[in-house]
Amino acid sequence: MVQKNRLKRSDFIFIESGDAFQPFQYSVGMEGSRFFAELRDHKKFWGLRCPSCRKVYVPPRKICGPCFKTMEEWVEVGPMGTLSAFTILRFPFIDPETGEKKPVPYGYAFILLDGASTQFQHFLKIDPDWPPAIGVRVKPVFAENRQGKLSDILHFEAA
Amino acid sequence: MEPVAIIGVGQTAFSPNRKDQTYADLVYEATAAALSDARLSIANIDNIVTASNDFFDGRTISSMAIGDACGAAFGGGKSISTVEGDGTFAAFYGLSRILSGNYDTTLVVAHSKSSEGDLRLLTNAFFDPLTERLLGLDWVSAAALQARVFLREKNIGNIECGNVIVKNRANGAKNPKAHLRKPLSIDEALRSPLLASPLKETDVCPSSDGAAAIILASKSFAQKKSERPIWVRGVGVCADAPLGERNLAESKALRLAAHQAYQMAGIDNPTAQIDLVELSEQFSYQELLWLEELNYRNLSRVNLSGGCLSAHAWIVSGLVRMIEASLQLRGQASNQISNAKRAVAHGQYGLCGQSHSVWVLEN
Repeated sequence: MVQKNRLKRSDFIFIESGDAFQPFQYSVGMEGSRFFAELRDHKKFWGLRCPSCRKVYVPPRKICGPCFKTMEEWVEVGPMGTLSAFTILRFPFIDPETGEKKPVPYGYAFILLDGASTQFQHFLKIDPDWPPAIGVRVKPVFAENRQGKLSDILHFEAA
Repeated sequence: MEPVAIIGVGQTAFSPNRKDQTYADLVYEATAAALSDARLSIANIDNIVTASNDFFDGRTISSMAIGDACGAAFGGGKSISTVEGDGTFAAFYGLSRILSGNYDTTLVVAHSKSSEGDLRLLTNAFFDPLTERLLGLDWVSAAALQARVFLREKNIGNIECGNVIVKNRANGAKNPKAHLRKPLSIDEALRSPLLASPLKETDVCPSSDGAAAIILASKSFAQKKSERPIWVRGVGVCADAPLGERNLAESKALRLAAHQAYQMAGIDNPTAQIDLVELSEQFSYQELLWLEELNYRNLSRVNLSGGCLSAHAWIVSGLVRMIEASLQLRGQASNQISNAKRAVAHGQYGLCGQSHSVWVLEN
């Protein structure tokens, strides 16, 4: 007998991927390593300046893309900056480092550090007495125990 | 086909772990080397095709992370596109773009860093998640099945595979870019521990970090701007059925790709008409299997660079074959033979060589 090629909705099977995961060891490279070491050891921000267009990249990288030039001139920038864009998030994400949910609401921001040409991204502290706005001044708050990664900065807040 | 030329080549050294470099840094190194080799600047490059794999790089659309490094952002931005697969497939796309008549030059660049991920898990993820992945197969165990079938069918023994290892490792020892630079004796090759029978440790290529780049050019551009163009006289690309649905003792896809390339280049007796072959063999037996399908019998003229058994970065190694073949035809290879006029370069991708590309190159 020919069976009809038809299933009830409840008959469809799904296969879960389970707890399998793909671990990675991302190289930070020469420029990124120095950037994070300065954050960790001196709470300082350093960028690289393009010899051609003079743009200052923070975090630093080897190449200025538009000029296709390698960069070697280190420039200290910040720690103060100006808020260029922000959002207040009402849904959580799972912090990949801790596996815990980031409490909501939290702020996320693009910050133009003084002396930098590129936007630095980080969390923005939410403070009922300080409604954020594009163009306001902000400063970083550092973690006590710094390890040479982005979470060495807790967030930015009103300067 | 209007001939297209390879006018610049560049590759990083291949090593187990370039911890000091991001993959974008490796892409820049290869790109800058190819530009310098061609005596061109990034301003001369009309468009870019990259080759990468998001799983290997551990991020989505990983090719966007190398835009600065390969010059895609230069001067306000260039046309850039990406192939997920071996660099030779990106080269085929680059060649097509030139033949469209819209571009005079194409930069093709490929990268990967095996050191950043877990290769067993990454290649296990090549498999169907519903029916295969859960069984734990990866690139080595899949190849063991192919080796078993091919070696039995052709009545090939350990010694023949061991001879391939010894030859390629001896050639690799002369190649300053190679990952493994120590020659291996036949005893060492045969006595190494089993990984997945019949494959032993020495049958398997190393997994390296590295990048490679070539610059392709139209005939008119190459004739005007290049002192030593290498001409693409024939090319063929073909994909095969999935692992469980093809005869593992042969490679129909490679046979068809070779047929296309040979026909285009006017080759009817490959062994007599081709001076050298650079082959993408991830395993010793694959050199013998691929050569059957290429119908090439002169084993001593195969993988003069050391082949993949001496250096193998995923995605990158096919492009390295094109580079090493070009260097032979320019008289600049590390293990140079005399009077090389015509070479074949081969790239493959997927489990047990699911897809192949064959390039006939001439000086």
